[in-house]
Amino acid sequence: MSKIVEGLYYTNTHEWVKVEEGFAFIGITDYAQESLGEIVFVELPEEEDQVEAGEEFSAIESVKAASDVLSPITGIIVLINDDLEDAPELLNEDSYENWIVKVEIEDKTELNKLLNAEEYKEICE
Amino acid sequence: MFKYLPHTQKDIQEMLEVIGINSLDDLFSEIPSDLLGHELDIPKAHSELEIYKRFADLAAKNKYLIPFVGAGAYDHYTPSVIKHIISRQEFLTAYTPYQPEISQGTLQYIFEYQSIISELTGMHVSNASMYDGATATAEAMFMATNVRKRNKILISKTVNPNIINVVKTYALYHGLEVELVEEKDGITNIEDFKNKNSNEYAGIIVQNPNFYGIVEDYSDYRNILDETKGLFIMNHDLGGLTILKTPEEYGVDIAVGDGQTLGIPLSFGGPYIGYLASTKKLMRKMPGRICGVTKDSEGKRAYVLTLQAREQHIRREKAVSNICSNQSLMALFVTVYTAVMGKEGIKEAQANSVNATHYLYEKITKLPKFNKVFKHDFFKDCTIETSLDPKMINQKLLEQGILGPLSIGKYDESKKNLLLFSATEKRTKTEIDKLVNVLEAL
Amino acid sequence: MYYDKLIFEISKEGRKGFSLPKSEFTSHKLENELLRKSDALLPEVSELDVVRHYTNVSFKNFGVEKGFYPLGSCTMKYNPKVNEDIASMSEFNMHPYQPLESVQGTLEIYYETQKILSELSGLHTYSLNPYAGAHGELVGLMIMKKYHMDRNDLLRTKVIVPDSAHGTNPASAVVAGFESIEVVSNSDGTVNIDSLKELLSDEIAGIMLTNPNTIGMFEKDILEIAKLVHDAGGLLYYDGANLNPILGLARPGDMGFDIMHINLHKTFSTPHGGGGPGSGPVGVVEHLVKYLPSPVVKKVDDKFIIEDTNDSTIGQVSHFYGNMGVVIKAYTYLLTVGKENMGNIGRFSVLNANYIKESLKDDYLLPIKGICKHEFVFDGLIDKSEHVTTLDVAKRLLDYDVHPPTVYFPLVFKESLMIEPTETESKDTIDEFIKVMKIIAEEARNTPDLVKGAPYNTVVKRLDEATAARKPLVKYRDLLE
Repeated sequence: MSKIVEGLYYTNTHEWVKVEEGFAFIGITDYAQESLGEIVFVELPEEEDQVEAGEEFSAIESVKAASDVLSPITGIIVLINDDLEDAPELLNEDSYENWIVKVEIEDKTELNKLLNAEEYKEICE
Repeated sequence: MFKYLPHTQKDIQEMLEVIGINSLDDLFSEIPSDLLGHELDIPKAHSELEIYKRFADLAAKNKYLIPFVGAGAYDHYTPSVIKHIISRQEFLTAYTPYQPEISQGTLQYIFEYQSIISELTGMHVSNASMYDGATATAEAMFMATNVRKRNKILISKTVNPNIINVVKTYALYHGLEVELVEEKDGITNIEDFKNKNSNEYAGIIVQNPNFYGIVEDYSDYRNILDETKGLFIMNHDLGGLTILKTPEEYGVDIAVGDGQTLGIPLSFGGPYIGYLASTKKLMRKMPGRICGVTKDSEGKRAYVLTLQAREQHIRREKAVSNICSNQSLMALFVTVYTAVMGKEGIKEAQANSVNATHYLYEKITKLPKFNKVFKHDFFKDCTIETSLDPKMINQKLLEQGILGPLSIGKYDESKKNLLLFSATEKRTKTEIDKLVNVLEAL
Repeated sequence: MYYDKLIFEISKEGRKGFSLPKSEFTSHKLENELLRKSDALLPEVSELDVVRHYTNVSFKNFGVEKGFYPLGSCTMKYNPKVNEDIASMSEFNMHPYQPLESVQGTLEIYYETQKILSELSGLHTYSLNPYAGAHGELVGLMIMKKYHMDRNDLLRTKVIVPDSAHGTNPASAVVAGFESIEVVSNSDGTVNIDSLKELLSDEIAGIMLTNPNTIGMFEKDILEIAKLVHDAGGLLYYDGANLNPILGLARPGDMGFDIMHINLHKTFSTPHGGGGPGSGPVGVVEHLVKYLPSPVVKKVDDKFIIEDTNDSTIGQVSHFYGNMGVVIKAYTYLLTVGKENMGNIGRFSVLNANYIKESLKDDYLLPIKGICKHEFVFDGLIDKSEHVTTLDVAKRLLDYDVHPPTVYFPLVFKESLMIEPTETESKDTIDEFIKVMKIIAEEARNTPDLVKGAPYNTVVKRLDEATAARKPLVKYRDLLE
């Protein structure tokens, strides 16, 4: 059973969002990293890029698969986690500790459309 | 019974019984009957003896001409060793290395091939090869427009027109725009490039040595492109890279070209091989297969296809290219050629070709009806102007068993008096003198 | 002994493996700024070094001549020797700029091959230019696009591809500037007609199909599909990857296909060469002939000419005339097989596949029952209690000197094991394979760890693919750092 952390927002495409002071940290869920298998590369966007809710901003590659990461919310990327450039396997080790981007949230109401831990759990079952 | 089909009547009966059907026709019972039963109108089966006879007849209808033309296909010498190695069934009859444990042979030579391409071009990483130099150039255009997210590309008019045509075809259907940069005195007009270059273009494609054989100096291009974040794509003769300044030294982002100049037989245009190499930064945006080194579970060095997530069998419609495998056996060809000719041999073959071409150039341009036209130095193709009809020239040469120059007028009406000659290390002084004598008599 | 040296690692400064005639010409020196600064790091070895090195490297490979190679969707049939001898005849080794009158023999080979491919496939005319299957697909889709462009029907931007199709199909569609959309398959991988009807509109340029499909099932409703697509204004593209089972029996042209490519390296026995060179000629129905890329060889008054189609063609798609060296091997094969034997290629490839399927269906899970064509798919072992996967079975096959089937494709099953025996394999070889597959199924039940740890007899064991992709080492120089 893959891990789901309480208190985060989730998408049905297996991304999570953690909100801190008007900023959103975005990553992929444990379920996502498990299905991908050994992650070998994370294609990161550039800081100051604009992201749209539901649109891809990163791609994650494992040995035998590739998956786009969709942004759960709209906003400007203020920080990328460049540790992932040299150590993409961090996402396998702990996908909740290792966020991919930090985004300045444009419209907080978008968060209401996301899933809570309970709802996300149902999707993974 | 037929030699490629081993089943006896008894085998067939036993197999049908296991399947639980009565006849071979029952295997096709779901196919609508309208679709079955077409009476084929094709040749009868030939025994091996008849095959040899048939091809002897066909061979007799071909007439070998001594080539004095290159323009993308060069008559270099092929050492005997190569044919024997690439005919080994282990290489010839394998498919692409899906199971690395029993494909270490293929994977190792691909790794050696990539190493050779990297050494020659100076680039960080080469893919496992592509169809030919022209399609590799088109793939480089896709790569550049994809990386820069711009849908226009510049290409110099001094690139071989066949390559320009292929690039244009690929661009047209993909929805890209190709803008030509003018030529001046046989080289790319750098002023025109500067004028046209803008951040609407993903970059520029140039060739070295160019279509006219001229070795262009592209030293200023990197800086010009940096102003617009444009990518620098250079198509370069592979053999020539043992001597000439490398794409890496010019600051190129994507190096492409044809590997035919490493001893691959002319073979009426194919199979040849396209190479594509790039920088570390763009490695994951490259089309085609890439082989890497790893270890097995016991710690032994081994080779494996890597970065496969870029490829069509995983990414499907999001793949960076639709290419499936590579021109593998030709990659082995190039690798063995490089091994047997070695560091000195390739250089010597290329230098001898340059020397022969310059001898030819000086001799022909001393004839009254043939003139020098460009002032720049050239490699193993040379452009010569004539006051004669190119068609007539080639007809006369054909009668003497000589394949004459390419008439550049075929591609550009305004250059109908220009002829493109070439000589390789295979051409002797006697042969060149004979060519000159025929021309002199015209 | 495991030979793992690279050619660079046996190099010694000053050794040489070549001999060239002494140059008769004065040496020409180019200006210094046009020259490379330092020599490339290339091998310096003797001729015997080269021969011995690559002979040892070759021993690490598995080819069709070593053993059974039932790699699904790749048609790994025997590659006849006579093809190789003919292709290496020096009379066919010509410069591509030789005038056509001096290469009439070569052009006749092109012409005759075009004609036979037309007759076998039911399409009007072929261009032998495309270099490979994927290249053929791209060229075919360019023809589809040009057809709609010429009719000023510019809305047609989408190509329908089944979800069970090869990844190349959607990738080729995108490279040709189309959007690829998926049609849902029935459980047997055939096209779901209702789903197709919903997709059809004036935005559809066409559909790409293999028939039989990837799961080895014949598209029974093909005539209805063709009518639906044509009525909606689209064209049908046939991916020739699976032509072998219907060879000499049924023809894509008669099914309603407008454009197709044929893989000469699959159906017509030219060697796969470790991944290429192949050849992927494209054929079309009569009203699309003008779009074909050069060369289309014609016969006029007993002379062979290359028709000038500059005004109407899709454009130039390769530098010269395609892979002539491959075409000549395929023509040799076509003549050898001839009219008398052509139908048996299809029949025996299908017989062999069904025989294996029926013989192994008590051990391996057969998701689609019934008669298959040249290939079929198992969804792993029936007994999955020990968690032995398709990958494990494949790796264990290596120990028994069998090339594993295609694994994890098609994507419609989780544990796909796709088997294509081809017609050139004897019942004895196939019986041996069946025996080995049964032994592995038994091992999976009784000694599962044995299977999960395989292979044991190969020169290298299972590889660390993750590290290779995380920190790519892609050339000899990377190993020196």
